[in-house]
Amino acid sequence: MGSYVPSTADERKEMLAQAGYSSIEDMYADIPESVYLKKPLNLPEGLSEFEVRKKMSDIASENKVFGTILRGAGAYDHYIPSIVKYVTAKEEFLTSYTPYQAEISQGVLQSIFEYQTMICTLTGMDVSNASVYDGATAAAEAMGMCVKGKRKVTLVSAAAHPDVIAVMKTYAFGTGRELKIVPAKDGKTNIEALKSMLDDSVASFVLQQPNFYGIIEDADKLGEIAHAAGAKFTMSCNPMYLAIMKTPAECGADIAVGDAQPLGMAIAYGGPYLGYMAAKHELMRSLPGRIVGQTTDNAGNRVFVLTLQAREQHIRREKASSNICSNQALCALTAGVYMSTMGPCGLKSAAKQSMSKAHYLASELCKIPGVSLAYSGDYFHEFVTKMPVKAETINDALAKSGILGGLAVEDGMLWCVTEKASREKLNEAVRIVKGACA
Amino acid sequence: MAFPEELKYSKTHEWIKFNDDETATVGITDFAQHELGELVFVDLPAEGDSMSIGESFAEVESVKAVSEVNGPVDAEIEAVNADLQDNPQLINEQPYEAWFVKVKNITAKDELMDAAQYEEFTKKEG
Amino acid sequence: MKLSFEKSAAGRKCFVLPQCDVPAVEIPQKLERKAPLHLPELSETEVSRHYTALSHRAFGVNCGFYPLGSCTMKYNPRINEEIAALPGFTAIHPLQPKDTVNGCSKVIDLTEKYLCEITGMDGVTFQPAAGAHGEFTGLLLIKSYHVSCGDTKRKKIIIPDSAHGTNPASATMAGFEVISISSGPDGCIDLCALSDALGDDTAGLMLTNPNTVGLFDKNILKITEMVHKVGGLCYYDGANLNAIMGVARPGDMGFDVVHLNLHKSFSTPHGGGGPGSGPVGCKEFLKKFLPKSALADGATEGLQVKAFYGNFLVVVKALTYILTLGAEGIREASVNAVLNANYMMSKLSGTYDMAYNHTCMHEFVMCLDKLKRETGVSALDVAKSLIDFGVHPPTMYFPMIVHEALMVEPTETESRETLDEAAEAFIKLYKMAHEDAERMHTAPHTAPVGRPDEVTAARNPILKYDFGD
Repeated sequence: MGSYVPSTADERKEMLAQAGYSSIEDMYADIPESVYLKKPLNLPEGLSEFEVRKKMSDIASENKVFGTILRGAGAYDHYIPSIVKYVTAKEEFLTSYTPYQAEISQGVLQSIFEYQTMICTLTGMDVSNASVYDGATAAAEAMGMCVKGKRKVTLVSAAAHPDVIAVMKTYAFGTGRELKIVPAKDGKTNIEALKSMLDDSVASFVLQQPNFYGIIEDADKLGEIAHAAGAKFTMSCNPMYLAIMKTPAECGADIAVGDAQPLGMAIAYGGPYLGYMAAKHELMRSLPGRIVGQTTDNAGNRVFVLTLQAREQHIRREKASSNICSNQALCALTAGVYMSTMGPCGLKSAAKQSMSKAHYLASELCKIPGVSLAYSGDYFHEFVTKMPVKAETINDALAKSGILGGLAVEDGMLWCVTEKASREKLNEAVRIVKGACA
Repeated sequence: MAFPEELKYSKTHEWIKFNDDETATVGITDFAQHELGELVFVDLPAEGDSMSIGESFAEVESVKAVSEVNGPVDAEIEAVNADLQDNPQLINEQPYEAWFVKVKNITAKDELMDAAQYEEFTKKEG
Repeated sequence: MKLSFEKSAAGRKCFVLPQCDVPAVEIPQKLERKAPLHLPELSETEVSRHYTALSHRAFGVNCGFYPLGSCTMKYNPRINEEIAALPGFTAIHPLQPKDTVNGCSKVIDLTEKYLCEITGMDGVTFQPAAGAHGEFTGLLLIKSYHVSCGDTKRKKIIIPDSAHGTNPASATMAGFEVISISSGPDGCIDLCALSDALGDDTAGLMLTNPNTVGLFDKNILKITEMVHKVGGLCYYDGANLNAIMGVARPGDMGFDVVHLNLHKSFSTPHGGGGPGSGPVGCKEFLKKFLPKSALADGATEGLQVKAFYGNFLVVVKALTYILTLGAEGIREASVNAVLNANYMMSKLSGTYDMAYNHTCMHEFVMCLDKLKRETGVSALDVAKSLIDFGVHPPTMYFPMIVHEALMVEPTETESRETLDEAAEAFIKLYKMAHEDAERMHTAPHTAPVGRPDEVTAARNPILKYDFGD
């Protein structure tokens, strides 16, 4: 049996006596007899660290690790600089609690303040919170920020990630407010449909940029249409995209949300990831979740502290607009270290290379007879191609060479390329796809 | 602790100054601001909103708590003191000058106390 | 200490990526970002030193005793971290074909099986990313169930006034009306108050047991029976599970839905405020409402609370822990959590007032009301003064039903020496309150900074660094 309990059997006897009990059962006297377990749990016997390592490593090796990943759809395989894991493994960061005691948590608080600053510069927004669970929940929480008076309906583009839409639907089911989906056409939000769905019951319109199909939408125009109808405009963006492309602020958005997983987090079978939420100044007090602010102590030192707590559940309880308690602090730290290491040049380079390599792969793939881009329009690092054979056939062939190919979607395959894929590997992938299409 | 004579007071610690039967000014009392501690934010209604007896028409926040400010009368909100949003500390410093709203078209009043009754009431609360 | 932006120098960088080996794509003018990107420009030396300096201003479980009531700050085993860092887990894409992720499926299946056994439930979802998220999910299961029965008038959730703030907040987010019932003088559910609150509009009851004052409610079977009788369901907030693992199971107490905090009882690290994991377990009849992923599972309807499957690496850590402890170790953890708490309480009850004079579970609450009236020293002052003794403050001012509360949860991973030293520190502070209250009002004295001006922080929020543009 493995154990982390330091006390010895003798010590436990003494402590029990000191506390005034003659047995363990005595301490649990309030538990009803029928509930008190008399048999051990039906769990395996405990193991030593040596055995656990073997057992879990064996389980890990039952997974296939692909050497090259050409699939995105919400999980992006970017290069993570070595220093990131060393910083985030520091026990003071890893094992500390939420920084409610500011005097001994300045390190954690400052790292969050730096993260908030970086999110603001990335998105162009005035304020950011300390992060939320992921991009999907960030989009869901943003709905509640805009609801006011008779404006209770949220519109979301059908071109957003299916999981984001499903999570928004669930949150809407919870609050009883309506979520309507604006149809897409040719891989983009249908502008005419948006116009017809906007009325004075709509609180906000949520757009993903780039959208699920990798296409870059006409955010300015869509935002204008939403604003003209009195609704707020929320953009859900891949932060890597924002390194080189127009920010939500430049597009006129009121709120910027998204998943910052590309900023230093492994794809890790879906989590933990990192939801970011940022907004214009007027919406500051509507932001859910924790926020770190700057102040002073009585010696005049600059001090960081959790602030605007009166928005949160531990104070407002049933009147809180959100129940969120934790953030994803260690992931926010990860993003902060990643951005500090890459710097503006490094981040722009990662983004530009991803975009260039995606365009390279797309143009090479489209040279194959029967393969063409499914949708017209500018794209960042993801794109959909129509294929002459089933996606499964192509991916089976790619898998034999350790390549995870594009995701099968309705109109073909959704590919993603990041800076990690070398030209050689891309050429190899194209050769294999060509063979599979023949 | 101050209890100005010319005002009327509610059980939830709002003060109201009647100009006549139809119009008045509303704020929170010295006792209230003292209990709440240093105020950091005030959430005020908009002109034209309605005020109802016993229902919240505004909120005040300190660092560790949120408190509702309730209507002492049924009326329509005519003016809102925007100063309070930038300077919530005015409520702590001068609770009887830091008015929240001015109301008109008063149609009903809650049971209100005079200064002496309210002072007595606060002794029991504290 | 300077911010990273204040250490930045134009042109400094790390050399992480190679040159691009494909033709650079031309970014259309109309799409290009014009706003400056103010990320710090630092060398790796500076990044390393900056974060090292920050880590010196943080307090982890590795630094000292962390008796935060309700948070279960037990030791976070290193082996969990090693396993969660294996490429066989970190390099797996969530949308890989099912037959390439047998390992991930096994992690989820095994952990589900073990958590069901520990809690007495029949199915588990790992989608929720934290406790509050789990509460929201669990409440939606209850809502979905009543809706499926055509029972649309069940709009109320009953919650004791001692509950953690997330309980009523989650209930509101799930579209319910919160009916708060007062706890009895013994800190437990007042059965009369409960009876009055129950009706055919009751959707359910949310309860933590042991409760937030650290007591096991011995009427638990009666309570869940009363709720079921009116057609409501019972939700278990698993934040305090560390007291009863292997000793009692919520499923045997009459609960229908539970959430667990893997970052509490299951030893995964708190990370300064996340990522955690809040899996939700339920009885058979509710399994069909458990959330799925639209993209990964192809779900076309039903609940979903997070993209993909949840915080998978956190589940890996929890599984590693469960396998390490095994049946015997799981029980031993809880038994010793309760023993340590009662031991520490017995060492302090001669000096401090305990909120309830009763056997505690894994945590106990002290009431410093009298100390405040006698000396002016508050719970906050005592908590801040502990910092000067190298002890992390306990939970302050929670639960709200106790005045000047300090809630202490030692956990099982502390030695007797640590408990003795901490008790001594508490007792020294009690004395100091009578002899040198002023010193305690201005504590801590040995931390890098003093008490922050929270009023100014909230009145004039500065929430990011100003670059001046």
